[in-house]
Amino acid sequence: MASSQVLLRVHNLGIRFGGLVALKEVSFDVAEHSITALIGPNGAGKTTVFNCLTGFYKADADSQVWLQREDKSMNLMEILGEGFKPQDFINPFAFARRLFYKMFGGTHQVNRAGLARTFQNTRLFKEMTVMENLLVAQHVQTEKSLIKGVLNTAGYRQAHQQANRRAYAWLDFFELGEVVNRLAGELPYGMQKRLEIARALCTNPQLLCLDEPAAGLNPAETAALSAIIRKLRQEHGITVLIIEHDMGMVMKISDRVVVLDHGEVLFIGTPDQVKRNPEVIAAYLGEED
Amino acid sequence: MGRDLISDRLRRALFDAVLAGLIAVVLFAPIIGLVLDGYQVRNNLPMALAFAGLVALGRFVMALFFQTAYGEKVLAQFLAGRKVQVTVAKEEGSFAGKMFLAVFVTLAVVYPLLAYVAPEALGIFGGRYGITIIILSLIYVLLGMGLNVVVGLAGLLDLGYVAFYAIGAYSLTIGYAELGLGFWSVLVISPILAACWGAILGFPVLRMHGDYLAIVTLGFGEIIRLVLNNWISFTGGPNGMRAPDVTFFNVLTFARREQDGLMPFHEFFGLAYNSIYKYMFIYWLLLLVVVLSFYIKKRLVQMPVGRAWEALREDEIACRSLGLNHVLVKLSAFMIGASVGGVAGVFFAAYQRFVNPSSFTFFESALIVAIVVLGGLGSTTGVVIAAFILTILPEVLREFANYRVMIFGLLTILMMIWRPRGFVRPIRPRYMRMEDGI
Repeated sequence: MASSQVLLRVHNLGIRFGGLVALKEVSFDVAEHSITALIGPNGAGKTTVFNCLTGFYKADADSQVWLQREDKSMNLMEILGEGFKPQDFINPFAFARRLFYKMFGGTHQVNRAGLARTFQNTRLFKEMTVMENLLVAQHVQTEKSLIKGVLNTAGYRQAHQQANRRAYAWLDFFELGEVVNRLAGELPYGMQKRLEIARALCTNPQLLCLDEPAAGLNPAETAALSAIIRKLRQEHGITVLIIEHDMGMVMKISDRVVVLDHGEVLFIGTPDQVKRNPEVIAAYLGEED
Repeated sequence: MGRDLISDRLRRALFDAVLAGLIAVVLFAPIIGLVLDGYQVRNNLPMALAFAGLVALGRFVMALFFQTAYGEKVLAQFLAGRKVQVTVAKEEGSFAGKMFLAVFVTLAVVYPLLAYVAPEALGIFGGRYGITIIILSLIYVLLGMGLNVVVGLAGLLDLGYVAFYAIGAYSLTIGYAELGLGFWSVLVISPILAACWGAILGFPVLRMHGDYLAIVTLGFGEIIRLVLNNWISFTGGPNGMRAPDVTFFNVLTFARREQDGLMPFHEFFGLAYNSIYKYMFIYWLLLLVVVLSFYIKKRLVQMPVGRAWEALREDEIACRSLGLNHVLVKLSAFMIGASVGGVAGVFFAAYQRFVNPSSFTFFESALIVAIVVLGGLGSTTGVVIAAFILTILPEVLREFANYRVMIFGLLTILMMIWRPRGFVRPIRPRYMRMEDGI
């Protein structure tokens, strides 16, 4: 795309589970306002990349992940509370920072930095309504004061209305306006998938990481989802990083494709380049008839 | 043909009845059939057989009933109810519901007057004794409300909730003994104190998953009780401590004669002395606190904090991915629950006028958990009903005191099978599209 500023820079990302090297020296960039796809055979480590970025897994010490937020570059590994380094014991400020993130950092801070994600197996609040799912996602931005809430002050009501409007805006975008008061768990599967994306968007992210959003959807629903993702980028300026097995969809919507195999980056390029690359074909795509 | 069908049904019902009767014999023979009388075991087998017969008869009637058309409908409804556990509110509360609530609240408010004026008419609930039973029930309602926030809303299993109850109760007695604080000042201080203890306990523990929390809280409850039992110079040990009297807003005393420079209540209002006035006052005050806790709980579930608790109960990983700090959210639930427990403790000490560690055993914790589980996780109405049933039933059925724990256990098992979400189904709030402006 035209804008070439890098939003997310992953450098040398690695993780080991015991003796198993799940990711090794994974490096790639995600440009702002782009749609980047992460593909690869099962077990290649795609979801592990997401889990490392969002802190559900603890990446190796020398991994670096930088997220651009406005004019500031944020070190996600620091936010997640990485281990102490020798120089911290000389510099008290660095020590204090490290200690702060050790105590209060973590996954939630990554979300607040502007990276939202969905899950491979949808993780909705099943026994809460669709609306409540979206309101929980706005927890960080909204008025949380206990006293104001209990007394129902004007300021609280205003914040409440704003949250309601934002939720409705995303519900309308995903055509879920009809089911506001249904329980999330009783929605059809396709709607649950859309709701999970809407919920992630309610946190006001810059970068949206989708983990197999089209899994289990029929071709029509997949086409609709592709349109939605493109619209997200065009109308809302959201950058998308997507894991997907549906190659038709990947080739159609993505600007860049990162191919992973056995925890290593196999190839990075445009969809056309990926389609023609012999290594990728051998490892994942397979020969066309 | 029709005859065959009937006899077939009859045979099935009979089979069920005999089976139930046999199981009942096996169960009841040792429980009812053998009575420990002094050093001797007395044989009471006919009684056990009679009970088993009753069970068999009941099963027979039930089997026949469920084979009729109406019975099948009831059964189907019951089974359907098992699946749908949560519903979304339809519209604003119905008129009948509001009327019921109004009548109920009025009754609750005028009850002490009735108990005072016509103690005989109310039977066991009349007079001073009646009021004290209801006060105890209300204390359990308050405890249930507090634990409901922790267990019901936030989904944290707290098996040592009684610790906060003890902290509240002992803050009154120790505050009085060491600092000369009265009921009213402690009523304000104790929720803060209990919440602080909740924070101290919670911060290191709440990072862990459910089972660890249950074990640590269980331990905490026991530690508090053991400290109270053994720190004799500070807490009086097993001998307990005296709590100060409740005063009429620190202006009048409910004692017979002038106390601490306060004028007696009955003299000021020109009444004859009656010890019931104090309990009536405690009742009204407690009722106010309970109603306040209902209101706050009702607000909380619609507020970001309450929603975050429930979301955390549903899926912690999703919550974290949405930017919620799970430790702080859990901690807030834990602290609010603890502070409610503290308030309940102050009322308990004030109404008993004496506390000792034996009031804060694990059984008490289990009872409060039972109230929350039976009532329905997260449901206010359920907690009220369960608290009253579990405190009043033992008073009414004093003869069956030995079977109390067994009955609680059975009830809990049955509830887990048929109504895992409690008597009262949770109802989710309904949301409408809001337009701009206020």
